[in-house]
Amino acid sequence: MSKSKSILKKIAGYRLFLPLVCLAIVLLINIIKTPTFFEISIKNGVLYGYIIDIINRGSELVILAIGMTLVVAASGGTDISVGAVSSVAGAVCVFILGGGLPSTDYYHAPYILGLLGALVVGIACGAWNGFLVARMRIQPMVATLILYTAGRGIAQLITQGQNLYLRVDHYKLLGASIPGVPLPTPVFIAVLVVLLTWLVLKKTSIGLYVQSVGINSKAAGLVGLNATMIKILAYTFCGLCAGIAGMIITSRVNSIDANNAGLNIELDAILAVALGGNSLGGGKFSLAGSVIGAYTIQALTTTLYAMHVSSDQLPVYKAIVVIVIVSLQSPELRKMLGNLRANRSAGVTGKKVA
Amino acid sequence: MGTKMKKQANVVLAMRHIDKNFPGVKALSDVDFTLKKGEIHALMGENGAGKSTLIKVLTGVEEFETGMIMIDGNDRPIINKSPQEAQENGISTVYQEVNLCLNLSVAENIFIGREPKKMGLIDWKTMNTKAAQALNRLEIHIDVTKACENYSIAIQQMIAIARAVDISAKVLVLDEPTSSLDDNETDKLFELMRRLRTDGIGIVFVTHFLEQVYAVCDRITVLRNGGLVGEYETVNLPRVQLVAKMMGKNYDDLAAIKKKRNENNKTESQVVIDAKKLGHTGTIKPFNLTLHQGEVIGLTGLLGSGRSELARSLYGADKPDEGELFVKNEKVSVNAPIDSMKRGMAYLPENRKEEGIIPELSVRENIILALQAKRGMFKLMIRKEQEELTDKYIDILKIKTSDREVPIKQLSGGNQQKVILARWLLTNPDFLILDEPTRGIDVGTKTEIQKLVLKLAEEGMSIMFISSEIEEMIRICSRMAVLRDGAKVGELGAEELNQNGIMEAIAGGGKNE
Amino acid sequence: MKKYREKIDGNMFLLLITIGLFFAMYVIGLIAFQDRGFGKLQVFLNLFISNSGLIVASVGMTIVLIIGGIDISIGSVIAMTCMLLAWMMEVKGIGAVPALIIVLLIGIAFGFVQGWLISYLKLQPFIVTLAGMFFARGMTAIISTDMISIKNEQFLSWANAKWSLPFGGSVNKKGIVVNPYIYAGVVIALLVLILVFILLKYTKFGRSIYAIGGNEQSALLMGLNVRRTKLKVYVINGFLASFAGFLFSLNTCAGFVEQAKGFEMEAIAASVIGGTLLTGGVGNVFGSLFGVLIKGTIESFITFQGSLSSWWTKIVIAVLLSFFIILQSMLAVARRKK
Repeated sequence: MSKSKSILKKIAGYRLFLPLVCLAIVLLINIIKTPTFFEISIKNGVLYGYIIDIINRGSELVILAIGMTLVVAASGGTDISVGAVSSVAGAVCVFILGGGLPSTDYYHAPYILGLLGALVVGIACGAWNGFLVARMRIQPMVATLILYTAGRGIAQLITQGQNLYLRVDHYKLLGASIPGVPLPTPVFIAVLVVLLTWLVLKKTSIGLYVQSVGINSKAAGLVGLNATMIKILAYTFCGLCAGIAGMIITSRVNSIDANNAGLNIELDAILAVALGGNSLGGGKFSLAGSVIGAYTIQALTTTLYAMHVSSDQLPVYKAIVVIVIVSLQSPELRKMLGNLRANRSAGVTGKKVA
Repeated sequence: MGTKMKKQANVVLAMRHIDKNFPGVKALSDVDFTLKKGEIHALMGENGAGKSTLIKVLTGVEEFETGMIMIDGNDRPIINKSPQEAQENGISTVYQEVNLCLNLSVAENIFIGREPKKMGLIDWKTMNTKAAQALNRLEIHIDVTKACENYSIAIQQMIAIARAVDISAKVLVLDEPTSSLDDNETDKLFELMRRLRTDGIGIVFVTHFLEQVYAVCDRITVLRNGGLVGEYETVNLPRVQLVAKMMGKNYDDLAAIKKKRNENNKTESQVVIDAKKLGHTGTIKPFNLTLHQGEVIGLTGLLGSGRSELARSLYGADKPDEGELFVKNEKVSVNAPIDSMKRGMAYLPENRKEEGIIPELSVRENIILALQAKRGMFKLMIRKEQEELTDKYIDILKIKTSDREVPIKQLSGGNQQKVILARWLLTNPDFLILDEPTRGIDVGTKTEIQKLVLKLAEEGMSIMFISSEIEEMIRICSRMAVLRDGAKVGELGAEELNQNGIMEAIAGGGKNE
Repeated sequence: MKKYREKIDGNMFLLLITIGLFFAMYVIGLIAFQDRGFGKLQVFLNLFISNSGLIVASVGMTIVLIIGGIDISIGSVIAMTCMLLAWMMEVKGIGAVPALIIVLLIGIAFGFVQGWLISYLKLQPFIVTLAGMFFARGMTAIISTDMISIKNEQFLSWANAKWSLPFGGSVNKKGIVVNPYIYAGVVIALLVLILVFILLKYTKFGRSIYAIGGNEQSALLMGLNVRRTKLKVYVINGFLASFAGFLFSLNTCAGFVEQAKGFEMEAIAASVIGGTLLTGGVGNVFGSLFGVLIKGTIESFITFQGSLSSWWTKIVIAVLLSFFIILQSMLAVARRKK
């Protein structure tokens, strides 16, 4: 084939091609709609701008996408409870720090306790999911369905059915900006989580194990890997991510609204993983892809808001994108298109026998 | 090729000049098969012989390029485009994995797709009655209203057979039906088959169990490498001749291949592996096996005799139900492969596609995987070490790959095999199990691997070598264990290692279990 | 006794637990809330009245679960249906009957698209219906972000159509004898239930649903058209979802964005508690009916108790669901060992 064609093929084969293209498209639409899209200004030492906003608001999603990536890679399934779990985690934190009061303006317990509470809750929920999937062999969607249903109820129980307010300036630090720092804190937390995860994957063989188990668990078993343990680990980690997300979500608004915290974020997380070029059937994964995917979705959300789509109507577009991407990944579709092409070129010939 | 052929009165199925190609492989080449009314006919052949392809072509799962199939009652040749069509033409199949819907009742399974109706709705009463009748005709008396999952596999098979017969099968194909049955159940199945034979049904019995062929079959057809070897009356074909034909050897050729290497009697050196009455229910009957340092022991027997199963029990891939295992005189309990790996064992599986390669991972990752698992999660091998080791083995085994980062699925089968071999050699095992390591590999590479095995043995590694090719094993092994029908039936020492001796041992002479 | 135990295999066992659970709960309610009027026949009838939509939705969900699939878009489809009805009748002035027909057709179309993606493109049912859920919910908001009340006279006459039962009456505070009543919606829901029951038990199509759910590969080899059957199942489910939406709207007489949130979980819970296996191949609609009744009973408890938050219903249902899922899983393991 011609040189340009082969170069094109090579670029297209590059792992991050799809996610980068999607991001580029979304950014392009944004800039067409809003010419000032890429403008960044500084006020009082803090950066402002659409781009800053996207990076900021996308932080929870990035963290959740990281967790979801490992779950998908190791088990070929998805964890739809992440939104509910983040709500529970946030509820626990605010409850601990606020002493259970509907509104208060000082900490009733050391900050570290609240933080630990949220993280422990996240880990516990993740471990529960992992146990159901890996040990009890329940399908991931079904297993995580339980927390999806019960999670918010549990959160409501903790908050006694009302929004709990923690009107302490210190709490907002996690959700907004620390004075003197140009970027909002959630951005740093997201970066931290991504870096730490990347580090762990680089310094241990967990990444290799997760991929092996996800691609061929029989072979993985024969080379001495413990597939059950690895899957449980993946789900526990995802739960931890949901816990962190819960902290950020509540910090942004100094309160917990058990009904709405992390609402619908699970679809976004799954979408981010898929957009990142990761197969939803498990196996090889790319953290970078999921991160790009997460910011792409955040940018997409911004685009839609700019087009005056309300937050209630947003999901329609996301649903269409999910279906398109998953259809494109489907081997059946490739088969069908292949048959169409074969029939058209060969004329319809049945394979007849003498 | 005329569409009318001289019809013999008692022939129910005739397949003539069947050719079947898959991309790159000629699966069937000019194969004939004849089935008479009221006969039980065995279809036999080793790996790649074409048995399953012939059945798939007959039952409509695959298409064929040339040839024709004639069935009694149809003047024109038939072409089955689907299992449904095959059924309509009178050919029914009962598979090894019984294809019933276990959640449904016995009666339902017998009548799926053709339930009796009354006024547009299913008539359960009639269905149950008819199902019971169909089973009674075959001397099977069970409650047809219970779900199939409540019954043993043996009974489930009979239910599947009853369904096939009820759909007025002229030809019944039984594909490895006895693999999951015990002796009692197998006898009952044979009774049923004889009854059906008396009713005039032609039965194709696909199996690898020698004893069973001689117990119940009237005639035998042997395939090899996609071609027809011959059609024989069972009474006229001694076991050894049958084995010879299946393996493509000429029994009368007495020029046996002599062992080329010098014999150092290894039975004096340290015992590395000692298995006492080790067994795993359903796959391998309890066996004893001792292996010394530097020995190469071969496992021989027909396909399905239990060779891989024995290896898996030793390695812990199937956790043994009974018996004890001693590694270097220490009692070992193996719960998972990682335990045996830590004790110095390694296992190259027979089915590299499903149990060996991790397709999307690179050559490098596939090679270092076992060693990494042995070292543990937190002791990641640094990239440089990984690359050096990978390059080393690419060199030693002459693995043909453009790059060590290429996904292993892009390599040819033979090179994939070399990668898996490298994976295990890297763990520096004391005991290496190789299950069909040279299958699907070109002759040149085969020799390389054989030489490598001998070298490793000389350096002190103990090796278990499983292969279907007798010459290969004679060349390499110092001893052989013989398996038949799921059990270890004997051992052959160095002096007895010649082709005829081995084939006799495989064939056996009669029911001696 | 042994013969009796033999007759009750694993799945019957689950169903009996469900029915027993319902009766036990109802008796507890009778004892605990005797003085607050729990014993009135109307309380029992209200279980049906307030859940007529859930009954139909659970029936649809049961069929989908039996064939081995799942549909989590039901709640959103119901919301979309209600909103569409309200919008068509109030904003566009379309009559009640044509509006109903349109909405049912949309339900069928929705089911068709989802079914095609699942059975022909072989996409995971969970992902497809998750997208469907977000699509329908979003569509509801696109139609209108404000609530629309239904004032169409014909529709309201349907909503208010009720029949009094000539027995079981009680004296109300004003000293007048009030007979218990039942709404038309309930009767329709029960009719649907019976029709689906007949379909599942007495038609080839129904039995093939069980066969495919039990072992898709075997069903294929036995000659069943798996793809087409799966598609039909999702189409029927789409129809039932929109029909459930219609029954729902008879109760609420309005369309709003947040309607029926989490409804699909209630339908799944009702089916699972009623003995339907999440792995497919086993299920029956009468069990699902009892699952619905159990949910209704829990809700009644909360209402009669007065002080507990309604979120408790969701939690108890989730606990029951977990319990039954784990029970099913343990039974499956025990069966595998046999």
